[in-house]
Amino acid sequence: MYTEKVMDHFQHPRNVGEIENASGVGTVGNAKCGDIMRIYLDIDDDQIIRDVKFKTFGCGAAVATSSMATELVKGKSVQEAMEVTNKAVMEALDGLPPVKVHCSLLAEEAIHAALWDYAQKHGIKIEGLEKPKSDIHEGEEEEEEEY
Amino acid sequence: MEKLIYLDNAATTKTAPEVVEAMLPYFTEHYGNPSSIYGFAAANKEVITGCREQIAGILGAKSEEIYFTAGGSESDNWALIATAEAYGSKGKHIITSKIEHHAILHTCEYLEKKGYEVTYLDVDEAGLVDLEQLRASIREDTILISVMFANNEIGTIQPIGKIGQIAQEHGILFHTDAVQAFGQIPINVDELHIDMLSASGHKFNGPKGIGFLYIRRGVKIRSFIHGGAQERRRRAGTENVPGIVGIGAAAERAARTRKERTGKEREMRDYLIRRIESEIPYCRLNGDREKRLPNNVNFSFRFVEGESLLIRLDMKGICASSGSACTSGSLDPSHVLLAIGLPHEIAHGSLRMTLSEEITKEEADYVVEALKEIVQDLRNMSPLYEDFINKEMAGK
Repeated sequence: MYTEKVMDHFQHPRNVGEIENASGVGTVGNAKCGDIMRIYLDIDDDQIIRDVKFKTFGCGAAVATSSMATELVKGKSVQEAMEVTNKAVMEALDGLPPVKVHCSLLAEEAIHAALWDYAQKHGIKIEGLEKPKSDIHEGEEEEEEEY
Repeated sequence: MEKLIYLDNAATTKTAPEVVEAMLPYFTEHYGNPSSIYGFAAANKEVITGCREQIAGILGAKSEEIYFTAGGSESDNWALIATAEAYGSKGKHIITSKIEHHAILHTCEYLEKKGYEVTYLDVDEAGLVDLEQLRASIREDTILISVMFANNEIGTIQPIGKIGQIAQEHGILFHTDAVQAFGQIPINVDELHIDMLSASGHKFNGPKGIGFLYIRRGVKIRSFIHGGAQERRRRAGTENVPGIVGIGAAAERAARTRKERTGKEREMRDYLIRRIESEIPYCRLNGDREKRLPNNVNFSFRFVEGESLLIRLDMKGICASSGSACTSGSLDPSHVLLAIGLPHEIAHGSLRMTLSEEITKEEADYVVEALKEIVQDLRNMSPLYEDFINKEMAGK
């Protein structure tokens, strides 16, 4: 079902963990659908991503896309990190099964959410970056009411 | 050979070597069509009758009440659709439960589109239907009650005899999907007031592609597959002779070995449950503790997602299954786990292990150790666990 690269990143995820006093933290997804990703960024004064860590609750593809996304943004400038799209993550993993494409979107959103948090905290504007859709907990409550 | 611990016997079982052996001559030697006149082929008719008798004997039924099908799904479809058609003039209301197999649920949805009304009974947190709700759901126009004998995911065994009795009191037909129960639990169709019962060969060490539907004499349902006059004109198609021989041999074996086999399974099931509950924190046993299939272990591990768990177990040679969305091909976790009241995030973290009698204590220990390590690893990677621990720390 999964490519070798996906399996490799699932079995040996890179950059798992937390960063204390991170420059930016972003959490996306919701538990209802079974995927939650959190990305921590450590960004220096030159707007270079010095370190990045992640935590993910989700399937094999969710873990692998988080891991690959962290690899792709590490050492990059904030502006370069904006170019790490879900397509780039998927290509780097040699593809994902169609039902798992949403996992790569989640990885892109998680990076953007962490960058947004950084930009807010530091009063910086990052070109092309929009406010993340919603906080996971808000989303959960809305959907609970449907039942 | 690499280690392989197969804990997915609710999905399918290993065909028993004695079953394969019984089947083999019917491929290359006794391959004749049972409907043919000449003795070489006609002898197979007797063989089929023998298998029918074997199965009927186990259920306390008459041999002419057993109809061979291609499996559990066909039996379920046939029972529901043909009953709806045959009794549609009497009424258009059917009662079933929320935790049925999709072969029942999707057939009910199909019937709803055809103008039938279906009541889906709730289950409690152990997965048991409420008999009072069942009584209250019965209407003038109710023609069928279909409730599964034992659930394929959480292993809960329903009070089938009581449901059958209620159906009988009201003159309503009662069908049960016994795909998981046949061979694991003793079943007598008269004592339990069962009018129709579905079973599938490959769930009790028989071959795939063969099953049966028990139809009580007097139940007026017609053919589902149209064509020749096989199966007393009720199920057309040249008989799957090797399959029928296989399911007959498997049923005989299942009945003969049941006590010893399920005794072993029950012992290992309870051992696994005990160790997992005491050694892995934040887990929950799904299904009823007592009214439970002898070989079913189903846990939810909080803060962990099922597919990740399955892949990691697979890497250690352990085959299991999960009710997480990612394994169902949709975004929703299993309808059974939601029906017993699990929140989505906990339903996503479910693990089903269904044992065979072959599992050893050493293997069970290996599974528990693997599970402990994997669950902790995945939790260390889980933002939900991080939030939970932070909250705990803040509370102290």
